[in-house]
Amino acid sequence: MNIINQVVLHCTQYLTASEMAEIDHEISIMETREAAGIEALKIVQANRGWINDDSLTAIAQYLKMSTAELEGVATFYNLIYRQPVGKYVIHLCNSISCHLTGYNEILQTIKQHLAIDYGQTTTDGLFTLLSNVCLGGCDKSPVMMIGDKHYQQLNVEKTIEVLTQLKNLSDEGKNI
Amino acid sequence: MQALTHPLTYLVNLATPLNLTQYTAQGGYLGAIKALKEFSPAQVLEIIKDSQLKGRGGAGFPTGMKWSFVPHYDDDDVRSKENKYLVCNGDEMEPGTFKDRLLLEGVPHQLIEAMIIAAYTIGANKAYIFLRGEYHLAAKRLQIAIDEAYQAGWLGSGIQGTGYQLDLYVHTSAGRYICGEETALINALEGKRANPRAKPPFPQVAGLFGKPTIVNNVETLSNLPHILKNGAQWFKDVSPNSDAGTKIYGACGRVKSPGLWELPMGATIGQVLNDHAGGMSDGLKLKGLLPGGASTDFLMPEHLDVPMDYDSIAKAGSRLGTGGLIVLDDKNCPVAMVLNLLEFFAQESCGWCTPCRDGTPWAVEILTRIEHGKGSLDDIDSLLNLCDFMWIGKTHCALAPGAVEPLKSALKYFNDDFMQHIEQGCCPYHGGR
Repeated sequence: MNIINQVVLHCTQYLTASEMAEIDHEISIMETREAAGIEALKIVQANRGWINDDSLTAIAQYLKMSTAELEGVATFYNLIYRQPVGKYVIHLCNSISCHLTGYNEILQTIKQHLAIDYGQTTTDGLFTLLSNVCLGGCDKSPVMMIGDKHYQQLNVEKTIEVLTQLKNLSDEGKNI
Repeated sequence: MQALTHPLTYLVNLATPLNLTQYTAQGGYLGAIKALKEFSPAQVLEIIKDSQLKGRGGAGFPTGMKWSFVPHYDDDDVRSKENKYLVCNGDEMEPGTFKDRLLLEGVPHQLIEAMIIAAYTIGANKAYIFLRGEYHLAAKRLQIAIDEAYQAGWLGSGIQGTGYQLDLYVHTSAGRYICGEETALINALEGKRANPRAKPPFPQVAGLFGKPTIVNNVETLSNLPHILKNGAQWFKDVSPNSDAGTKIYGACGRVKSPGLWELPMGATIGQVLNDHAGGMSDGLKLKGLLPGGASTDFLMPEHLDVPMDYDSIAKAGSRLGTGGLIVLDDKNCPVAMVLNLLEFFAQESCGWCTPCRDGTPWAVEILTRIEHGKGSLDDIDSLLNLCDFMWIGKTHCALAPGAVEPLKSALKYFNDDFMQHIEQGCCPYHGGR
């Protein structure tokens, strides 16, 4: 991965007007421009799925900070994706209460059903599987998060049902 | 009267949280109005000190004392014009802990009211709610409540006709457990990698953007409106024990009814586990438990009578932490449980200091070996050495010592299980994971 590649466009041409407006709001509530970095990464990622090198460089330029510094930030936080991900990123909780209440069975179910392992994306580009630390649903474990939604009290059937539902929605051209 | 016995949770509505009008009709914002109109910041500080409120985020530091470290300058001192900050730590990521989520999603206006009181007391005009990125619903509900509060003159300039101004923002994080450490949280809020900072200087003096900053947990803050409304003496009287107030206790694992309950501080472990969580699920026995999240020492069935307050749990050899029981049953392998916990700490180590960055993965390697029946007696010694290597005073922050707590106590209480793994060459619970 070449993170110091040349940005052909200036950041204000690369970033959309609405992205810049959202980032500007984040800058306005902080004392420094770079304090908006994490929010800026999230804003662009929400629009484009993941943070590629050009996005990273454009955001850094917009925040008047070095690309390397922002790369350090982007790679630190697990909810920032520096590699392409599927349309639906499955964040499966692998912390202790899920571990005690059937996490492994859910993991095996997802792996088999989608034929992917942690860190991989299905060939149709729909699902990426990642682990996540405790999602704060310990009274309703096992738990996973896909997009904004938390799915709780998972069992084998329910997990497959959720995945099937999302695939159907996607086939119909809808989002969750 | 629920308001006096269950102050934190009696207005919680997870389906549809109270809007500002409804919250106000139930006595909401009375605490804030009392603070702003009847008391000076110094007087509020005295009330909070007198209430003996302690931090509910895990460390149990007295809140009033923490606030008192914020410097106050005379009006003619240029430093009096500098910003101060209040930050609410809503980065709830301690495994087995889900209490703040209840308050964030169920009664967002309570937190906003609390932050007005806290910010007024320390003299902050800007405040942030640092929310973990996964709490999408909480973020949405908080923002709606904040917008309402601005419209009704509870936030912004000249709050409720006083000269006090406060702006409140929600910052959603992008993951990583270490953000819950208050100086790491400040770095994250500044857009940096969330490495903890060296202390001193303490954040109360030089925190966010180098300015005096108070970081308080969601549950800690949520007590403030009620202390203002009902008085410090009421708060002390709510609990029959040495620690004041109520506590949101939780239980998870294979118990009959996992959940959260607001009880007087000092309810016993047995009360939480048996009376509220309904005891162990059918066919299972209690093997041990972590009393307050992943980074606390194991306690055993003989500890069921221990009150869950800071001192009593400490005397029993653990920490109250977040007050959320993680219950281990007799069909789950304790070695596998400790392995899961250490995997968590190894993954979430920020990598700044060697004992943590290298020690936690090393422990994972050894525990994996033991769990899969390939361990030796030397491995137990190595683990004990690591517990020493990663202990308080040898690391940059409390993450690695937090990892040591369940590990070291497991080696003590579940020695037989570790030995069986080594002697039988397999996991006696499920023949390896």
